[in-house]
Amino acid sequence: MLQTVVSEETGVAELVRLSGVNPNQCYQCGKCAGGCPLSFAMDYSPTVIMRMLQVGMLEQVLSSKTVWLCASCKTCSNRCPQDVDVAGLMDALRIMAWRKGSVDRDNRQAAFHRAFLHSIKSHGRLYELGLALAGSAASGRMTKDLDVGLPMLRKGKIKLLPPRIKGRRQIKRIFALTMESGGEQGE
Amino acid sequence: MSKYAYFPGCSLHSTAREYEFSTKNLSRELGVELVDVPDWNCCGASSAHATDRGLDLALNGRNLDLAAGMGLDLAVPCASCYRRLASSRKSLTENPELRQQITTLLGQPLALSSEVRSLLEVFTTDEALDKMQRGAKKSLSGLKVAAYYGCLLVRPHKETHFDDSENPVSLDKLVTLMGGEALPWPFKTECCGGSLSFTAEDSSRVLIERILNMAKESGAECIITACPLCQSNLDMRQLQLAKEAGRDYNMPVLYFTQLMGLVLGLGEKALGLYRHFIDPRPVLQKVGLV
Ligand code: SF4
Ligand code: SF4
Repeated sequence: MLQTVVSEETGVAELVRLSGVNPNQCYQCGKCAGGCPLSFAMDYSPTVIMRMLQVGMLEQVLSSKTVWLCASCKTCSNRCPQDVDVAGLMDALRIMAWRKGSVDRDNRQAAFHRAFLHSIKSHGRLYELGLALAGSAASGRMTKDLDVGLPMLRKGKIKLLPPRIKGRRQIKRIFALTMESGGEQGE
Repeated sequence: MSKYAYFPGCSLHSTAREYEFSTKNLSRELGVELVDVPDWNCCGASSAHATDRGLDLALNGRNLDLAAGMGLDLAVPCASCYRRLASSRKSLTENPELRQQITTLLGQPLALSSEVRSLLEVFTTDEALDKMQRGAKKSLSGLKVAAYYGCLLVRPHKETHFDDSENPVSLDKLVTLMGGEALPWPFKTECCGGSLSFTAEDSSRVLIERILNMAKESGAECIITACPLCQSNLDMRQLQLAKEAGRDYNMPVLYFTQLMGLVLGLGEKALGLYRHFIDPRPVLQKVGLV
């Protein structure tokens, strides 16, 4: 029998409530690590992350590269023999890292998500050019990004003007009640 | 004539405009009516679900409600939008408490009656395929194709009622039906790292090269896909690979809608063939498709 009761002290119980996924269901078969396309770049493989959560090492998990290198491809969740939604857990870990303020300033994945969502909040849809400019200005990677951006413009694949939907007020309301209020709703 | 609510998503209005053109032009030939969801918003892509669950569900709930208002099932060409919409609909339908919370966030009632279908599913029904076969003007005979499904079209299996999550065959069958050669290859559902394309370029590049290498080794002359993120990642990044690493794959990456359109006699312009970074026309010319 697997021990599925999670200790309240380490914060893992909160993670379980947030994600609906219990890491103690994992029996360490290694299948998620084997199939994960990003394992090679991670500091801890998905299987190791599961073990760390089982023993209460939430802090270390939250500050790992793994959480942000996960591409949400869902290979792990698809294949887990114990039906553990590892990809769902990775989402919950990112959400938790935001809330706890444990996201590094130089975390490029996190910065990208923030800029992306800002674009949606403003226009209701993605404005690629605005996102690209904000992104390369922030990262100082202007010339590198131009290698991609210029051909895109030439092929007519990037619009110069932002799209704007009519329901922008409702979109702003959703942002105000979720992300911007600490995200208590809908969890 | 079948009719669907159509959710293009942000990519089809920008980086994947050739997917939008070819979809709209093909739909007329196949007798599938696609009506744009009015005032749709971005699905949040890979950013909303990684940031706030309520935000993710409310953004998708709004779109689902708009589609429900049209009284039609929803057809979605982008694999990423498709997964967000289908997955949100499942969570909201199965969990009344969650649905109530999202209703509050939206400040309006939330209807969820529209089934969510990928465009691939909509364009490969028996009816649509029958129309295609009867209207076929050309064949893919002589063309070797690697059918690439990527992640979100078929995973996770618990949410997918279309095709197999580990060995999908719908695109392969389509290629065969059009007279082409669908190659057996092992990377049908490997991740291309699209969501890390702008933030972890080095890692993303490893994934792209793995896929391109395997397609080449398998003898493919082109890759076909049903995902705008996979397409632009695999197509556009070949420019950089050639420039920075001197590796010239020259592997065209096409949308399945473009190949279907060619078979039905649609022209280069109607299918946006000139918009690709790796020009597919030389390969298509060789087998008499353009
Ligand atoms: S596949 Fe499932 S059971 Fe196996 S190591 Fe990963 S989470 Fe644990
Ligand atoms: S969802 Fe994330 S952890 Fe799971 S296999 Fe994909 S990249 Fe790895």
